[in-house]
Amino acid sequence: MIDYHFDWTVITRNADKFVAALGLGLGLAVVSLAIGCVIGLAAAYARVSGNKWLSTPVWAYVEVIRCTPLLLLIFFVYFGLPEFGIYVLDKTQSFILTLSLYAGAYMSEVFRAGLASIPKQYVEAAKAIGLRPWQRQRWVVLPVMFRITLPSVGNNLISLFKDTSLAAAIAIPELTFTARQINANTFRVMEVWLAASGMYLATAYLMAMGLRLLERRYASIR
Amino acid sequence: MAEQILLRAEGVRKSFGALEVLKGIDLEVRQGQVVSLIGASGSGKTTFLRCVNMLEEHDAGDILLDGEPIGYRMDGSRRRRLSEAKVSAQRARIGMVFQSFNLFPHLTAEENVMLGLTKVLGKSKAEAREIAGHWLGKVGLEARRGHYPYQLSGGQQQRVAIARAVAMDPRLLLFDEVTSALDPELVAEVLGVMKALAESGMTMLVVSHEMLFVRDVSHHVVFMDEGKVAQSGAPSEVFDRPDSERLQKFLGRFHGIFSGGG
Ligand SMILES: Nc1ncnc2c1ncn2[C@@H]1O[C@H](COP(=O)(O)OP(=O)(O)OP(=O)(O)O)[C@@H](O)[C@H]1O
Ligand SMILES: [Mg+2]
Repeated sequence: MIDYHFDWTVITRNADKFVAALGLGLGLAVVSLAIGCVIGLAAAYARVSGNKWLSTPVWAYVEVIRCTPLLLLIFFVYFGLPEFGIYVLDKTQSFILTLSLYAGAYMSEVFRAGLASIPKQYVEAAKAIGLRPWQRQRWVVLPVMFRITLPSVGNNLISLFKDTSLAAAIAIPELTFTARQINANTFRVMEVWLAASGMYLATAYLMAMGLRLLERRYASIR
Repeated sequence: MAEQILLRAEGVRKSFGALEVLKGIDLEVRQGQVVSLIGASGSGKTTFLRCVNMLEEHDAGDILLDGEPIGYRMDGSRRRRLSEAKVSAQRARIGMVFQSFNLFPHLTAEENVMLGLTKVLGKSKAEAREIAGHWLGKVGLEARRGHYPYQLSGGQQQRVAIARAVAMDPRLLLFDEVTSALDPELVAEVLGVMKALAESGMTMLVVSHEMLFVRDVSHHVVFMDEGKVAQSGAPSEVFDRPDSERLQKFLGRFHGIFSGGG
């Protein structure tokens, strides 16, 4: 190890692959978060609906997902579903489905807490000007909740982005998988893993910075 | 008085669990009048106002706005609760201003006023903006139209809330202790706006502990005591000839204001 000679040309020679792989990981995270937000919002409303037939299955979904390792979920959806005769998903779709369900479970908890934290006076003010139930949600409750939960949503995006490295387990060519492949061809283990780690770090850091800017922009709540 | 009756309450009752808060309230508000509700803490003033625009559902009795029952319709001899959409439409005809302002925190002053105009009354953005500008001007806040609630003082927020309510062109405006949460030096600016509204002919039902204001602007004062109307009449009657010991005692607490203030 002490005599290891760094040769960074392996990175520059494969720069296009690294960039494409990083882009894929980001795309997987963003798409999964978007779907997860829709699932999470529906699940959160089901949880607060007061209807047992809605809230109990949703509660079960959230607990099962949260108590199962993500890698296991990935394997289950990718290898397990075909066993039940569901062949329609390629591995990328399968991974997006898994990560969306995973994100949805976490987002439902975020949104549930967000809905619960909205002072009821705002809803009463919305009633008092004559807004109908769904209008109250659309124009008052949801925008306020969005601002309250923005930090958690952003942190979930950063987590999901890092979780996309697990897609390597089913050979999706995101950053981790790509790095391993380049390793196998070049044996420049240190350079490749350092470069990949640096890219995860830089991207996650930029996301955190962007999040902070967004939070400042929507700081009107406090 | 020839003005027509706008709001009529008859035998309104409301309980929270075992606690009966309203024990049969009778009350009338005529078009263009200011009627004030006074009474000790816990006497049911807020609860009554909230029943008028269905933030609470009364258990018995009638609340009629322009002769139309609030919150239900008669189906033969049975009461049927109105759908939420119908209740919302009724609420749009009644404005309410709250003690704690309750401005929408994610919207500017102007957007707070515009929301009901566009979403409930279906006005265009441009028209709503013009109406909002008009009313924000009336409450002295045209220059603050782009400010968010957190950038405004309590008195300014409350004036925006009044603009938001009155911009909907309601038949009736409800005020629930709208100056109680304000610093003393901000009370006057809000009362000034309310007085101007009253003088413009707006029909108002006001809960307030500002006795000088109540005496000054009300056509009619209603003293509530333990969920009932104990006395009601012209301000001079109620304030100068209280016919019960409880009203005397209640007014006695404000004695310093009447004798000392001038
Ligand atoms: N949602 C509720 N659940 C249970 N009890 C309630 C509720 N709202 C009001 N009460 C009770 O009803 C009674 C009347 O309350 P209300 O707020 O109408 O009085 P108020 O005359 O407005 O008093 P204040 O001058 O303090 O505002 C009080 O005893 C109060 O505790
Ligand atoms: Mg009250």
